[in-house]
Amino acid sequence: MLKIKDLHVSVEGRKILDGLDLEVPSGEVHAIMGPNGSGKSTLAQVLAGREGFEVSGAVEWDGVDLLSLPAEERARRGLFLAFQYPVEIPGVSNAYFLRSAVNAVRRYRGEKELDAMDFLKRVKAEMQTVGMSEEFLYRSVNEGFSGGEKKRNEVLQMALLEPKLAILDETDSGLDIDALRIVADGVNRLRSPERSMIVITHYQRLLDYIVPDRVHVLSRGRIVRSGDRELALELEKRGYGWLEEERRKEPRGVGQR
Amino acid sequence: MSAVQGWVDTFRAEAQRLPGAKLPWLAGARARAIERFAALGWPTNKLEKWRHTSLALLAQQEFAVPPVDRVDLAAGALAQLRQGAEAGHWLVFIDGQFAPGLSDIGTLPAGACVDSLAGALAQRPERLEAVYGDAEEGESPAALNLALAGDGAYIELARGVAIEAPIHLVFVGGVSKGTQLVRNFIVADDGAQVTVVEHYIGRDDATSFTNTVTRVRAGRDARVTHLKLQQESAQAFHLAALDAVQARGAYFASHSLAFGARLARNDISSRLEGEGGEALLNGLYHVDGKRHVDHYTRLDHNSPRCTSRELYRGILDGTGRGVFTGRIYVAPGAVKTDAEQRSDSLLLSAGAESDARPELEIYNDDVKCAHGSTVGQIDETGLFYLRSRGLDEQHARNLLVYAFAAEVLARIGERSLRRSAEAAIRARIPGGQLLEALA
Repeated sequence: MLKIKDLHVSVEGRKILDGLDLEVPSGEVHAIMGPNGSGKSTLAQVLAGREGFEVSGAVEWDGVDLLSLPAEERARRGLFLAFQYPVEIPGVSNAYFLRSAVNAVRRYRGEKELDAMDFLKRVKAEMQTVGMSEEFLYRSVNEGFSGGEKKRNEVLQMALLEPKLAILDETDSGLDIDALRIVADGVNRLRSPERSMIVITHYQRLLDYIVPDRVHVLSRGRIVRSGDRELALELEKRGYGWLEEERRKEPRGVGQR
Repeated sequence: MSAVQGWVDTFRAEAQRLPGAKLPWLAGARARAIERFAALGWPTNKLEKWRHTSLALLAQQEFAVPPVDRVDLAAGALAQLRQGAEAGHWLVFIDGQFAPGLSDIGTLPAGACVDSLAGALAQRPERLEAVYGDAEEGESPAALNLALAGDGAYIELARGVAIEAPIHLVFVGGVSKGTQLVRNFIVADDGAQVTVVEHYIGRDDATSFTNTVTRVRAGRDARVTHLKLQQESAQAFHLAALDAVQARGAYFASHSLAFGARLARNDISSRLEGEGGEALLNGLYHVDGKRHVDHYTRLDHNSPRCTSRELYRGILDGTGRGVFTGRIYVAPGAVKTDAEQRSDSLLLSAGAESDARPELEIYNDDVKCAHGSTVGQIDETGLFYLRSRGLDEQHARNLLVYAFAAEVLARIGERSLRRSAEAAIRARIPGGQLLEALA
């Protein structure tokens, strides 16, 4: 269970999140939609522990104060962020990177680290399900990967790390329909009663493939409307303009305390 | 001992005993060279080319080393270097002197000569006269080298001859004396191909002095790859010059990996003297503590349609200092020149300092010439990415430092050489041993 209360975030004095409230119960998939610049990616990064933001408010996750933990500890406790722009790391093989990540998490959980053989068995099986060839194990992390290959690599990491809370930041951006389907299949396979997901997207298209339990609209740093899947379809038809309009008319509108 | 007069005295005492002392052309060149060195002295930062690196402190240095079993030491160092390396041709030098007992030249194709300089001066002095160099060339340390160097490697390939495996030259310094002067030659006739690796290693407990010059002549369409792995002790002083001349269509690559020494200066130059030549100057250096590494590079585009790529990266920690100068000269007739230069530095501490200077001198309009340099710190986004996967901050930092270096190493075409370069940088960077399993 994730509970965000009155989250304010600014960077270099510029306000990005402005009193955001959100609850995501275990096992649910919530979509966050919103226009460019509404604060979607900032929310994802703050939850995953990126430094350099001024943050106030409370984020409780499984009974712990999430904001007090460094990024690596959040990851080890089971939080995963699929990056919108996965980072290229030349000279470091994807296999080394993936195994380091898996073992960092396993160590924290008191599980035995995977040796090279066990790891390879495991990773090759997962790669097959996301449609990645083995060659990607021996290439440098994300270096020279196409947009779709990078996103598959993110889904692969998610599958290997078995998070309790997964945040997907515009995982659909830049994907053609086939790649989108493969990525969505990868995500759907991981849906389980113990695992929550936050799917951040600009377009409702992704939600045809990953059907959310709830849809929230983020605008100018706040959740301005929440609903079920129908809300996404309505946004598709009407755009974001009408919600922004409503918020202007009623400054303390939907989503406020 | 390292005062200028000390070197002049050494010359007086030893000139007659140097290999090749009986050759009039060489004796004359050496005498002129010591005169030039005496007149110029050690360069100081009053000279433009030495603005960031003064050798004035060399005058007060004593280069003496505690006694040690020289053969054991060198053999141990060599065994370590050869560990995991593929078969090749190995020449070992102790304190600048060829050590045949430790060397393993192996089998060479017909038309290839791989010998010590002293051996070549005895066997084929006429071949050396043409390439030896004269007293007026280079900076004052190069003049000192010409005057006093008596050994090194001599590699010559006849037309069209290719040596497949790399030739490794291992210079173990500070073994039983504190100074070594080394002069190497790589002479590749038209169409010949060779890869030469110079390793410089030394004792950790010795303050030693290395002065080395390597001269490369690449004939028409020849391919010469030179890799230098400088891993001397943190007290060592290392002065080096690499001078190449490329004929039409020749390819020359220099990979300079400077990881050791208290102070290291590398003068690296290539003259493109024929159409369609191609030069790659690739470099990576690491400084920490108070160490100082300076690369002064020069590319002379004297002919049309030549290409040069120059890519240097530095990792700077502690109060270390890295200096890079990239001089590119394009002659009036050198049309369609295509030159690119980049220098990037990664600062790991607030006290480290990086100086990069491009110097472009271009005398015609039909030229593509680009240069750029950056000085930066560890990329925060990369750091966040790795930490968000559960890696602790130090591990993440080390990986990103390694990644920065890896881009330079990726340009080393020969796999076995790339592997040894990767191992060498892992041994240098903080926490590098953690990264052993990277490959």
